[in-house]
Amino acid sequence: MEHIVIIGNGIAGVTAARHIRKLSNKKITIISAEADHFFSRTALMYVYMGHMRWRDIEPYESWFWEKNRLELKKAYVETVDTNNKTLHFKDGGSITYDKLIIASGSVTNTFGWEGLELNGVQGLVTKQDLENLEKNAPNNKECPRAVIVGGGLIGVEMAEMLRTRKIEVTLLVREAAFWAGTLPKPEAEMISKHIISHGVDLRHNTELNKILGDGKGNVRAIITKDGEEIPCCVVGITTGVKPQISFLKNSKIETDRGILVNRYLKTNIEGVYAIGDCAQQREPIGNRPPVEAVWYTGRMMGEALAQTICEKPFEYNPGNWFNSAKFFDIEYQTYGWVFSENKRKDYEAQFHWKCASDLRCVTISYNKNSNEFLGINTFGIRMKHEVFDKWLNEKRRVDYIIQNLKKANFDPEFYKNYETEIQSKFFNQPVNA
Amino acid sequence: MSTVQRNMSLTGEPPKTINTQQKLASAIGLIGLTVLFLALVNVNFPNKSFWLTASLVMIGVGTIWFSTAAYLNKHEGIKNDGVYFKSLSSKGFWAWVLGIALTLFYVLLYWFPQYLGLVKDGDNKGLVALFDPLSKMLNGGPASQWFVYGTLYTLAILAFGIKFILKYRHNKYEKLRTYSVMFFQLAFAFLIPEFMQRLNSDSFSLPYYDLKNIWPLNYYNFEQYRVDQFISAGDIGLALLIFGIVSIFVITPILTYKYGKRWYCSWVCGCGGLAETAGDPFRHLSDKRQIAWKVERWVIHSVLVFVVLMTTAVVHSYLGDDSSKYWLTKDAFLISVAIILTVVFVGTFIFKREELQKDARYGAIGYFVIIISLIGFHYFSGKTLFLFEAETLRQTYGFLIGAVFSGVIGVGFYPIFGSRVWCRFGCPMAAILGFQQRLFSRFRITTNGGQCISCGNCSTYCEMGIDVRAYAQKGENIVRSSCVGCGICSAVCPRGVLKLENGPLEKRIDSNEILLGNDVDLMNYVNK
Repeated sequence: MEHIVIIGNGIAGVTAARHIRKLSNKKITIISAEADHFFSRTALMYVYMGHMRWRDIEPYESWFWEKNRLELKKAYVETVDTNNKTLHFKDGGSITYDKLIIASGSVTNTFGWEGLELNGVQGLVTKQDLENLEKNAPNNKECPRAVIVGGGLIGVEMAEMLRTRKIEVTLLVREAAFWAGTLPKPEAEMISKHIISHGVDLRHNTELNKILGDGKGNVRAIITKDGEEIPCCVVGITTGVKPQISFLKNSKIETDRGILVNRYLKTNIEGVYAIGDCAQQREPIGNRPPVEAVWYTGRMMGEALAQTICEKPFEYNPGNWFNSAKFFDIEYQTYGWVFSENKRKDYEAQFHWKCASDLRCVTISYNKNSNEFLGINTFGIRMKHEVFDKWLNEKRRVDYIIQNLKKANFDPEFYKNYETEIQSKFFNQPVNA
Repeated sequence: MSTVQRNMSLTGEPPKTINTQQKLASAIGLIGLTVLFLALVNVNFPNKSFWLTASLVMIGVGTIWFSTAAYLNKHEGIKNDGVYFKSLSSKGFWAWVLGIALTLFYVLLYWFPQYLGLVKDGDNKGLVALFDPLSKMLNGGPASQWFVYGTLYTLAILAFGIKFILKYRHNKYEKLRTYSVMFFQLAFAFLIPEFMQRLNSDSFSLPYYDLKNIWPLNYYNFEQYRVDQFISAGDIGLALLIFGIVSIFVITPILTYKYGKRWYCSWVCGCGGLAETAGDPFRHLSDKRQIAWKVERWVIHSVLVFVVLMTTAVVHSYLGDDSSKYWLTKDAFLISVAIILTVVFVGTFIFKREELQKDARYGAIGYFVIIISLIGFHYFSGKTLFLFEAETLRQTYGFLIGAVFSGVIGVGFYPIFGSRVWCRFGCPMAAILGFQQRLFSRFRITTNGGQCISCGNCSTYCEMGIDVRAYAQKGENIVRSSCVGCGICSAVCPRGVLKLENGPLEKRIDSNEILLGNDVDLMNYVNK
């Protein structure tokens, strides 16, 4: 029986395992050093906030693994010997495979700042990070103030977490508004205001210079590039993530920033595949970056690779881009491509609508030459994935999207509708705005 | 695993969860409760109207002030911070104190009303006496333990209803359905029946009737004394009796077809009303394990079979044998019951067979054979119906299901098992509505393409213990008989994945192996 070994029990690895099991009787082993069972990484924050217990963020009950004959091994893979198809564990022991799937995910990305080794400096990517935060910031007596470096999705999550324990939070953002490298300016500004309204000391155009210790190995303060010293007990590093591939250093598997894969998610070594955050496409797909650390991407790669592993070769070919997040109380969804100012394509025009409450806004991007609809960002209004996916595939014109916006609404029953307001703004705007 | 768990709840000290205003509000509410407690231990209040009013107002005002202080200074949005850190909402010390206190109250209420102060053939004492002035004002007579219970129950739904509305003030669905349960409790369950009592005289007497309390939840609705009263009360009584029958056989199926069982369970029902308001802080305590679901299916349907048998036996016991006196004789009644059950059973197996799981088929066949053979056995032998006396069945049901299950376990154990234990495991009305909702209703919870991140908020905050996430992460609509349509899964979802909807029956349940977002060819190939 062919033995499939998967390194990593995150969404990518577990999705691959589930689908391989559905398609075949192969022996499957999932290895993780992080946690006994698969958990939802995106839900780590809710455990610290007291919304859920650890077991609540595990999507499958413990009997699931045995019932589906998915063997779990808790170990840290130190070396990968592709000649002998063997993995060696840090604590001794080894395992052989017929096919290997690497789904080892990400680690926190840092920029070599001074003081990174101090106690209290941490990211928020792994289960261990969550445990560390519980230790470093149990309450606002032990930790009156924290500084978070980096205005992205993890940064705002960490700010929300700490605020639930009334810990003062300073959030350093390099751009002029929150996540402005990704969001168009009006949206980024709205989210900035919302973050500030939750009591976060949000510093725009501010970067970290170095982290200062107290002489006993603990964080005492940070210094910004402008020279300001901000005392704190915890420094959250949320300047993105990078593929976790250090254990492949001495292997024959070819890596760059991540593990290099072709469209079949295969590495340079026969029988070795990489999926999820740790994979890097040799050729970028559409507008997508070669390394895409997103929950949905991991899942989709797992779905596609399972077919290939089970003798039905399928290229990984993701459909239209989509994503979602929540910034404190404001939900965000995106379908298709809406670019921020610095990444905007020459042909891209954008239509913005914002609700008077400052809690909802919509940006629709379209091709200014052909009027083809390119994508939508929606804040505070839920919209249907399926409908936008269809409209993008059908290459609908932007006025069609605006006219039919109601069909895409996914807000709960009885919610106020804003389509009419959006439509009247769109059709009354000056031409070529 | 367990070490992490302990670490999270013990050393994870959240900041003080109540502020000064909330403390003052709690104090006011507790003073109000203390008045009731003092009355319970027979402190004789001089001016009962005054003290009762003061007590109820203080409880109400305390609760509402507590809620405004808890929510109004915060942003509109989900308010689940620290739910698993607070003793009361995470089965800690205060949860047990409250659970035991509530349970004791129910034990007194059902079996020892004399300790609440109920005096038969004389002036009430204690707590019941304190409620006499209000009872006299509403229905003209002295209070009973049930009047005390009804008043406190209504107060709880109103005060905690306002709390719930403040908590979910960003969500219009939640607000509307809470206004609805508050209205139905106050008007239909409390005021109208009390006023109806006033109409009673020596020549005209209607039974106490909460019009929205439908058989089989209202398992005693067709008992002899009530039917006699209905019939002797002339046209009005007859209309009410017919309304009771029409409610379950006509109104209920139509509304459930259109909107799912939520029209009743989370918009109208009093049990649901209390669970959704006072029980809301405990909704996450429901058991989400698959084993709990299996137990639920057997227990709730067994209760349904029990109530059908019991009601059949009771109605049968007071019907006559002579068809010339009244068309509905014992035999005619039994044959009609057998026909109705057979039609439902055969219809389900012909049209919905593939939607039933294996254990559901076995259960349905087993119970159907038992009921029909009991009826046949009786019909041909003419012995006691169902081997037991109707009265024995009635009393057993009233004790086990009516009192122990719905009262003591259902509400007393809110802080331990969650708020909908009765609705989920016991309520025969929910079983009927759920059966229809699963097989023949436009209602479903839809999932939004591939947006689910498996975070688990939906499952955690499902009071019915449905593992919502298991469906959402497969892109499958949630069509479960137990879903009461409270809408909280949709509210707490951080990614906008869930929506309660009424729609066409075609493709109501469609599971995807490959979720939206991936290669279109792959999706078509695998999902077929």
